[in-house]
Amino acid sequence: MTPFNRAALTLGLSFLYAPIVVLIVYSFNDSRLVTVWGGFSTRWYGVLFADAPLLASALVSLEVATLSAAIAAALGTLAALALDRHGRFSGRGAFTGLLYAPMVMPEVITGLSLLLLFVGLDVERGVSTIVIAHATFGTGFVAVVVGARLKGLDRSLEDAAADLGAGPLRVFCSVTLPLIAPALAAGFLLAFTLSLDDLVIASFVSGPGATTLPMRLYSQVRLGVNPEINAASTLLIAAVSLVVLGASWLSARRGVGAAV
Amino acid sequence: MPAPAPDHPEPLLRLDRVTKSFGAHRAVDAVSLDLAPGEFLCLLGPSGCGKSTLLRLLAGFETPDAGTIRLGGEDLTGLPPHRRPVNMMFQSYALFPHMSVAQNLAYGLQGLGHSRSAIAERVQGLLRLVKLEGFGARRPDKLSGGQRQRVALARALAREPQLLLLDEPLGALDRALREETQGELRALQRRLGTGFVVVTHDPEEAMALADRIGVMDRGRLVQVGPARDLYERPASRFVAGLLGDVNLIAGFLESAVGAMRSVRTELGPIRAVASEALSGAELGDPVVVAVRPERMRFGAGDNALAGTLVDAAYLGDRMRRQVRMADGTVLRASASLPEEAAGPAVGDSISPGFAPEDGWILPA
Repeated sequence: MTPFNRAALTLGLSFLYAPIVVLIVYSFNDSRLVTVWGGFSTRWYGVLFADAPLLASALVSLEVATLSAAIAAALGTLAALALDRHGRFSGRGAFTGLLYAPMVMPEVITGLSLLLLFVGLDVERGVSTIVIAHATFGTGFVAVVVGARLKGLDRSLEDAAADLGAGPLRVFCSVTLPLIAPALAAGFLLAFTLSLDDLVIASFVSGPGATTLPMRLYSQVRLGVNPEINAASTLLIAAVSLVVLGASWLSARRGVGAAV
Repeated sequence: MPAPAPDHPEPLLRLDRVTKSFGAHRAVDAVSLDLAPGEFLCLLGPSGCGKSTLLRLLAGFETPDAGTIRLGGEDLTGLPPHRRPVNMMFQSYALFPHMSVAQNLAYGLQGLGHSRSAIAERVQGLLRLVKLEGFGARRPDKLSGGQRQRVALARALAREPQLLLLDEPLGALDRALREETQGELRALQRRLGTGFVVVTHDPEEAMALADRIGVMDRGRLVQVGPARDLYERPASRFVAGLLGDVNLIAGFLESAVGAMRSVRTELGPIRAVASEALSGAELGDPVVVAVRPERMRFGAGDNALAGTLVDAAYLGDRMRRQVRMADGTVLRASASLPEEAAGPAVGDSISPGFAPEDGWILPA
């Protein structure tokens, strides 16, 4: 690595991660003032775990993330199967575009349009509406991850299963599903983290009593930043990093799913 | 196709004008074919000739646009693959990577009402059949190429199909292993009495394996017969060239009577046997005379031509010579058991020829 490349890499990584490092470091600050270092302490983590409303929000977030990721995994897999298996059906291009659009749509627009839909349908807003909203964009991500796996899958494996007497359902459950399972799990985890850290869409479609963790943190920050927020954010970062690492490990794993 | 005569048993497999197109491309074009019980048939042809599509039609992965496929008198044409009493061994072997060898072998036996112990017993029998006892617990990726090939074969035989389809079954093996496996496959087929249809692009493999070879060209089945018929009495230049090296001498038909005809060529008059394809030919029609290099002789005699030896190569089991003729064409001659004494030297004038019954006249 040349000195220039080393410098460029350092600069780039600092740009991306310096703010996060500062936040993590200051979560262990003993001082009440966020910007003044008062020695190492874990007392804000203690305060955090005594903060009932914050913990309730964390539970709401976990519930929403789990449910929406499960819905996204199911719908995304079905969409990927349809795109991969049914050749050039009419409207394939449009279907692909519609599936991927929520991934690139500005969140404000997604949030606003869903809000209008829920109001128009007179749906009571709460956890269920956030789950539906998060499942819409999670589906696209799952479809991309599972679709890539399906594309690499040797079709003769499914042919062989059918040739050995397995009907379409048995072929899917005994051959296709086990072979795409790593991608399915990776897609699930991706949808899970995206749901966990979404603020904008959740703010639009949530109702009273359904406050997610990012929403809670954001409203607290508006009243002034305190080290407790740093501690909560650090935990959130740790959780998301773990899940993303798990997802990439699953999608990279070739052993079980690889065609022989 | 005529109805089977009463004294002939019903064929195991009967294809009647089976046709399949992909868009404007006719992959399989009106193929009719009978297979006797216990027969070993090879479908031979260059890639893209439709042989693999024909195999997929038999397995049920494709549905014909026209024509019928009957197996043991029963119409299979519309049946999906999992309802056909036919099994296939795939070119890639298609072993399930997430299952052990034993689970792969048991896959086709589940759901047939067999007890767990009966399936286990049958799996052991299959492992013995392909000499892989003790490998049942392994994953396919822990096997060598030859072992995978045998697992794939055993898995395809698990349901005791009446007809086994094999797509380039030896294509992934190295040369030495392939020859050994050819013998094993042939012996296995004889012992089981199952009808085999093998797809291959390797003429030597087809000749080593099959009772009959079906040659395909651009979707059509152009000739079906035993290897000797196809090699010595090909129906067309395409078949002649596909099965081995052949000298083709262009000319015009000079006499049109009887089986032995005269052909006027740039190299002089040639006498040879006319193929059935020339039954309607007239005097002066353009033809080619096909002669296998190993049928070429030197010296005075029938069909003695004049040329110059341009290359002689000692290949151990045979001597290969190339002779440039007056008009510039090069004829190849090969002699088995190379003589010890030096033959004619490169540059010598020599006289290649062949017995009239070794020449085969085909439409140009």
